[in-house]
Amino acid sequence: MTLDSGALAAATTKQEPSHRAGKQPLSEGKKAERRLGLWLCAPAAIIMVAVTAYPIIYAIWLSLQRYDLRFPAEREFAGLSNYGAVLTSAYWWQAFLITVIITVVSVAIEFVLGLALALVMHRTIVGRGLTRTVVLIPYGIVTVVAAFSWQFAWTPDKGYLAAMLSEGSAPLTGQASAIAIIILAEVWKTTPFMALLLMAGLALVPDDLLKAAQVDGAGAWQRLTQIILPMMKPAILVALLFRTLDAFRVFDNIYILTQGSNGTGSVSMLGYDNLFKAFNLGIGSAISVLIFVAVALIALLFIKIFGAAAPGSEPTGKR
Amino acid sequence: MGQPLGRRRQGRQGRGRFRTFAIGGAALLAAATIAGCGSAPAGPPVLNFYTPADGAKQYAAAAAACTQQSGGRYSIVQQTLPKSADDQRLQLARRLVAGDPSVDIMGIDVTWTAEFAEAGWLEKFPADQAAKVKEGTLAGPLDTGTWQGELWAAPLNTNTQILWYRKDLAPNPPATWDDMIAQSEALAAKGLPAAIEVQGAQYEGITVWFNTLLTSAGGQVVNENGDVLIDKGDAAVKAATIMQRVATAKGADPSLSVNKENDGRLAMEAGEAAFQLNYPFVYASINTPPPDGGGGGTFIDAQGKATSQDTGRRVIDEFAWAPYPSVIPGKPATVTIGGLNLGVSSTSLHKDLAFDAVQCLRDRDNQLVNAVDGGVPPTLEALYSDPAFQEKYPAWQAIKESLDNASVRPKTPAYQSISIVLSDALNPPGDIDPPVVVAGLAEQIRKAENSEGLVP
Repeated sequence: MTLDSGALAAATTKQEPSHRAGKQPLSEGKKAERRLGLWLCAPAAIIMVAVTAYPIIYAIWLSLQRYDLRFPAEREFAGLSNYGAVLTSAYWWQAFLITVIITVVSVAIEFVLGLALALVMHRTIVGRGLTRTVVLIPYGIVTVVAAFSWQFAWTPDKGYLAAMLSEGSAPLTGQASAIAIIILAEVWKTTPFMALLLMAGLALVPDDLLKAAQVDGAGAWQRLTQIILPMMKPAILVALLFRTLDAFRVFDNIYILTQGSNGTGSVSMLGYDNLFKAFNLGIGSAISVLIFVAVALIALLFIKIFGAAAPGSEPTGKR
Repeated sequence: MGQPLGRRRQGRQGRGRFRTFAIGGAALLAAATIAGCGSAPAGPPVLNFYTPADGAKQYAAAAAACTQQSGGRYSIVQQTLPKSADDQRLQLARRLVAGDPSVDIMGIDVTWTAEFAEAGWLEKFPADQAAKVKEGTLAGPLDTGTWQGELWAAPLNTNTQILWYRKDLAPNPPATWDDMIAQSEALAAKGLPAAIEVQGAQYEGITVWFNTLLTSAGGQVVNENGDVLIDKGDAAVKAATIMQRVATAKGADPSLSVNKENDGRLAMEAGEAAFQLNYPFVYASINTPPPDGGGGGTFIDAQGKATSQDTGRRVIDEFAWAPYPSVIPGKPATVTIGGLNLGVSSTSLHKDLAFDAVQCLRDRDNQLVNAVDGGVPPTLEALYSDPAFQEKYPAWQAIKESLDNASVRPKTPAYQSISIVLSDALNPPGDIDPPVVVAGLAEQIRKAENSEGLVP
């Protein structure tokens, strides 16, 4: 193992900007150092495999079985029938639709607000640290805690937000209003994260370019759409991708706010209920695997759309 | 790579410190392991008694008392599970599936018997122990611990709903649901408090409401063989129709579709309701001063409307109880019972002792403590004639009657899934289209019964 991996490590380090070391055979000392490096990495790699690869493979294996904790005697290999059951179920598609709505709407709002916040934070000269801290506070609050305060705020008789609505309205009990509240909670919570990632992207935009454009007579809007946004494309991709993947797996806010009642359940809620309430490991695992596949597809789609801007696919032939 | 020497030296120092930590940590770990596993207590075997969080104090007291009474044969340690039934079930299931030998006695919900028995998590009561449990125990609660003719769990306490009403608004308490809805609408027409408070939120409570109406109308969801009977006859349509009418009647509580037991109690205490179907805790609550209870409820004026002025008359002065209204006139309602049963885990290392301990934990004294301090009615028939119990439960006669006519929830290992399907289909009650809902339910319950398909 050591020799091969040593060569592999050498191959990867070739891409470092070192100009001459690349082709020369490695000295004994360097080789030993590399080997030591690999040995030091090994525990982490093994742990990664144990805690991520094993559960994923086990979930796939479970999803191919009829396995209900309540009927242990009936456990058997079932092929793809669990997937058939999920994909032909109205509950799955209903939850899928709700999840897509929550994802698209919340990420869109977060992007606009996040960009605005990023621009503000980027431009702020006075009290920069304070501004950034204040903006980041919601992101620092535990989601479940925030969800509970939203729940109290929207509960009639107790909540200050519910009190602003007309008498007798209970917004968490209607489908549309409850979904709106879930989206609001999501947006409030994760806009700072979006803003932070976008602000990192803003740093990539050279000031000179903007000044030059201004001299050429480009307005603020033109500068935003023609210069800032295109230059930030990689940062936007990362921000949108992270948030979309996160939002697609939305669970905690829904779990606290509505428990998925009144048709507000996401696919993650559906998976939880089938696994932990119905004890149906086969169906529940099939749902989890489908969520995993959906997340992978979203990631793929993003990279296809943003194409060249995706991290790790640099087109300019630097390599 | 400028100062490899310095760095290396630093590293060595660090490594030295790390080694000290590692050795210390390993020693600690080893000590913990020895303490955890190795130190078999010198005393009698320890029986772990897992109970819901509600009433944990009484259960712990019972555990201590029984440890005393065992004369050194065993000692019972009470362990508290979460508050919500779903979480309790999940925690127990996790331990049992993993074969945790430290689970000996479990307080389990009346609806879990079939599921836990079929999954192999419960130890069947041996004939002699079962005979002891059956002696003097009410038939309804006993039925909840029985599955396929065998006793799997011993009833500890039970619970049942009766009708609580305002005698100023309804001088003649309604005997049927039709009557109650008519009385409520008449009150609403006069602008008086009219609401019928019942559990309409999407949770176990709405399943209980439906099951009570269904069995009172002569129907059944499934039988013990797993045959789905919900669409046989017109009982289910009758039950669903009543639910829909209660939710849409003039004067109905607008938030019925999210109301649970406590919401009904609060509405009654706030003087907004005329009728309430609920458990006996509402009586204790209205007699408890705030903030823990309703403190007699709000003031009411001469007409019976809630008022903020001190009229000297409160809801409690008009608070009364009656038997649960029936669906078929003249035929008593069969109210769905709740409660807690005691089961012995199949993973226990001391099953014989655990069965003995169960007999002690549910004996007369402990049930009386549960009833008086914990607010849960007992399962031993004799206690209902005990003056201490009667004093605490002025409505004991109605409660006893209700228990004598009790119905149990569908007995099936798939109960949890069926309950989720039912509560999903019946909520919000105002939108029920009875024939359509019942037809759809039959199909979905059949699937849930066979653990096919998804639960919502």
